[in-house]
Amino acid sequence: MDLITPQIGLIFWTTLSFLILMFLLKKLAWAPILGAVKTRESSIKDALEAAENARKEMATLQADNDRVLKEARAERDEMLKEARDIKATIVSDAKNSAKEEADKMIASAKAVIENEKAAAVSELKSSVGALSVQIAEKVLKAELKDSDKQNAYISEMLKDVKLN
Amino acid sequence: MKTTLKFIITLSAFLATSANLFAGAKSAEQGDKKEFDAVEVIMHHIADAHEFHILDYVDSAGVEHPVSLPLPVILFTDGHLDVFMSSAFDHGHADVVRGNRTYRMDHGHITELGGLHPIDFSITKNVFSMFLSLIIILSIFISVGRTYRKGNVVPKGLASFMEPLVLFVRDDIAVPNIGKKADKFLPYLLTVFFFIWINNLIGLVPFFPGSANLTGNISFTVTLALITFLITNFNGNKDYWKHIFATPGVPVWLAPIMIPVEIMGILAKPIALLIRLFANITAGHIIILSLISLIFIFKSVAIAPVSVGFVLFMNVLELLVAAIQAYIFTLLSALFIGMAVEEHEHH
Repeated sequence: MDLITPQIGLIFWTTLSFLILMFLLKKLAWAPILGAVKTRESSIKDALEAAENARKEMATLQADNDRVLKEARAERDEMLKEARDIKATIVSDAKNSAKEEADKMIASAKAVIENEKAAAVSELKSSVGALSVQIAEKVLKAELKDSDKQNAYISEMLKDVKLN
Repeated sequence: MKTTLKFIITLSAFLATSANLFAGAKSAEQGDKKEFDAVEVIMHHIADAHEFHILDYVDSAGVEHPVSLPLPVILFTDGHLDVFMSSAFDHGHADVVRGNRTYRMDHGHITELGGLHPIDFSITKNVFSMFLSLIIILSIFISVGRTYRKGNVVPKGLASFMEPLVLFVRDDIAVPNIGKKADKFLPYLLTVFFFIWINNLIGLVPFFPGSANLTGNISFTVTLALITFLITNFNGNKDYWKHIFATPGVPVWLAPIMIPVEIMGILAKPIALLIRLFANITAGHIIILSLISLIFIFKSVAIAPVSVGFVLFMNVLELLVAAIQAYIFTLLSALFIGMAVEEHEHH
């Protein structure tokens, strides 16, 4: 029966000891330990969150980079195309103007040649005329040395005149 | 594994037969006072004492001298406080006179010969053992606490050993059972866990200053269960009391039956706590002492290896039980507190 009869003395000392222990441990052990653990847990949580945010930011940055790069590439293509177009225009313009110029030059050269040719022809004509007159003069002179022949020629000429 | 099992079975069979012998021996002893009485030895050990018995030695003249640490006796009798060392009783051979009061030690009990009733606040063996545990627990946790107060975020040394235990109580006992309000009760649960555990372990040390059966003492378990009881009921919310005095869904005419049943339920909880701890620890001490007593009952050294083997096995088991009982006490306390502070969903 002793075994299961509570004794006031031990109950008193147990209560006192336990309360003192709980008070001291609460102040000196549980508060700092649990506080430190809580701080650590929240710092780990914060660090994880920060890492997650950084990862997200990184992804956004990457996407931005990609977009910018894409835009730059598109712009470059645009510029190249424009440049190509400008080049084509310039080249064709130059071609056109060169052709015009050439045509003009050819035309003027042709005109000069034509003029020269006409001048040469007219000169040749006049020289040929003068020469033929001279030749005719000389031939006539030689032909018409005697009077018979002169008469014959004149009559011949006259014949022609009649026929006209 | 198989051989170990065989060994244990053989030993169990052996022990079963020895139990009969033990019973026979006991009746034979009654004639001869000098015979070894295992029951007396065990009961003496299990009970509290006013001195811390260390050993006995027999001098050359054949006289037995007990060697023990005398502990202070504090008695409150009829308005007088009497304090003296238990050695004044000379192991029960002498009476102590203080004023008009004469005290006699009779089988561990102090009586007043004049018919007064002294209230015994002595620092007994168990109280001594408890003070020892206070010193151990405080030195462990104050040093651990200091590590953290210095601003160390990463635990080192002793702290790295104790922190998982503290977190175990928090994350596996307090939070799952109490929930959001766990932080408020955590100092109590942590203290009770380590208080019971360390005292269980001190009780397992087979020689001075261990071996006191403090956690297997009903006064100790009554006190702790009472603290849990008070915490539970002082923190019980409206739903908790409503459940006791007007159980939802039960017709009013059943109240005369329901209310006593619920009140019995309130009382049964701490009683379950105190009996479980008391019975487990006391049983452990009794088994180990019984096994050791076998050697003296048989008066044979040959039985010693068997006893020692069993005691070793039991001690290892008791190491486990020491932790498990601390865990269960804390877990059930958390459970009872959790039931009292739980926020019920209103249907």
